[in-house]
Amino acid sequence: MAVEYPFSKVIGDMMYASHQNPITDCLQCGTCSGTCPAIEYMDFSPRKIIGMIRANLKEDVLSSNTYWSCASCYHCTVRCPAGIDIAEMMYALKRYSMWKSQFKEGLIGPDFSESFVKMIVNSGRSYEPILAATYLPKYSASAIVQEALTASGLVFSGKMNLFPKKIKRIKNLQNVVRRILPLGETS
Amino acid sequence: MKQYAYYPGCSLESLGKSYHLSTLEVAARLGIEFKELEDWNCCGATAYFPVDELLAYTLSARNLAIAEKTGLKDFVAPCSACFKNAYTTNKYLNSDPDLAEHINYALEEDNLHVAGTMQVRHLIEVFVEDIGLDAIKEKVTYPLNNLKVAPYYGCQLVRPRKGNENVENPRYFEELLSALGAEPIEFESKTRCCGGSLIVTNRAAALDMVEKLLQDAVNSHAQIIATTCPMCTVNLEVYQSQVNREFHTNYSIPIVYFTQLMGTSFGCTPKRLGINKEIIPRALEKSQVEAV
Repeated sequence: MAVEYPFSKVIGDMMYASHQNPITDCLQCGTCSGTCPAIEYMDFSPRKIIGMIRANLKEDVLSSNTYWSCASCYHCTVRCPAGIDIAEMMYALKRYSMWKSQFKEGLIGPDFSESFVKMIVNSGRSYEPILAATYLPKYSASAIVQEALTASGLVFSGKMNLFPKKIKRIKNLQNVVRRILPLGETS
Repeated sequence: MKQYAYYPGCSLESLGKSYHLSTLEVAARLGIEFKELEDWNCCGATAYFPVDELLAYTLSARNLAIAEKTGLKDFVAPCSACFKNAYTTNKYLNSDPDLAEHINYALEEDNLHVAGTMQVRHLIEVFVEDIGLDAIKEKVTYPLNNLKVAPYYGCQLVRPRKGNENVENPRYFEELLSALGAEPIEFESKTRCCGGSLIVTNRAAALDMVEKLLQDAVNSHAQIIATTCPMCTVNLEVYQSQVNREFHTNYSIPIVYFTQLMGTSFGCTPKRLGINKEIIPRALEKSQVEAV
């Protein structure tokens, strides 16, 4: 019979390079929440999210915008007295939610990440206008106009190139990627 | 002439072009050479980690492998996000043989092998630690007297922690600015986040974060904000007008790269420092006039 894995373990397993993360050592002191510059825009504070992970409230965690609102500034990470890399834990939650295709509706983060990866696999370099095309449809009409004005200003001021660059050994890079993700193309 | 393996990163080819230009100009004045890596790829920024962790490290590892082939010792990145990714990847390559083996298996496809032997440095560290403040001071011919500068470190230059350094109150940016004759202000928010890629994925949150930074800089009487990262510059400079609309404010504070300030104090022409590429017009010239 399948054994139910605690959600904290599932998320810990999504952090391969850092060899898990002592999520269960959390003291609930709230230093992370007091530090976080994006907390006002989160459904639940970082402290609460850790508490919820430990309480196995998987669905509530996944359907919140908290981890997609993390800007990866690592301020919580360097301050955590229990040594939890909280910013990395937010990445782990993002990975889990991408993997399960389960996230709060209306978020731009998942689409943005996916487009970014596709772009790099296609050209080897990132290029802002291609990215914009993928997330703009989620904006309101006035925001799109605003964005277009900003972008044309950037091109005219010489800040932005009109055409993307491609690396020379892009075929090799794509083969490198295929050895990591055997299914090949990320979609 | 001391040589470094130089990894410009994607932003320095487009939005951060003036950072690239001023970096090379200042390096030449200081007698160091930045050799750009051949055929480097994107570091993955912050958008790759939500998709696949191993792939994110592999991307940076390819750049490190190319750098190792040059025989040079230091891998220098001017962008804080590129720096953080390369630094972390290098750290894991050294501490986790299993991860290194996985990555090297993938890199075989590009005939590369990574050993994790590069010293990964941020540009500002090279100037402060290797060149040193005294040698920099010697090159200053036009001291930036009375120019009140907010030293904005941002996030990924100082975090996550690398060793025992002071991540809450670093001082080397202030010391560098003083060496140029400028007056660094006490900038409480100097290591607070600019919002990073939230400017794309959560605009409201990012604009709020940018507004708080601008407010603190202005309240602390800064005439100019100096940055060490192209992403910070984009958020603070390009979106300043959106902040003004959103918060009914009237900010017009110039944002410059620290290398542009160095170059200006060395007497380099504005054109060679990419100063004509600023969005907020005549930023540096204006402050220079005020400074004189």
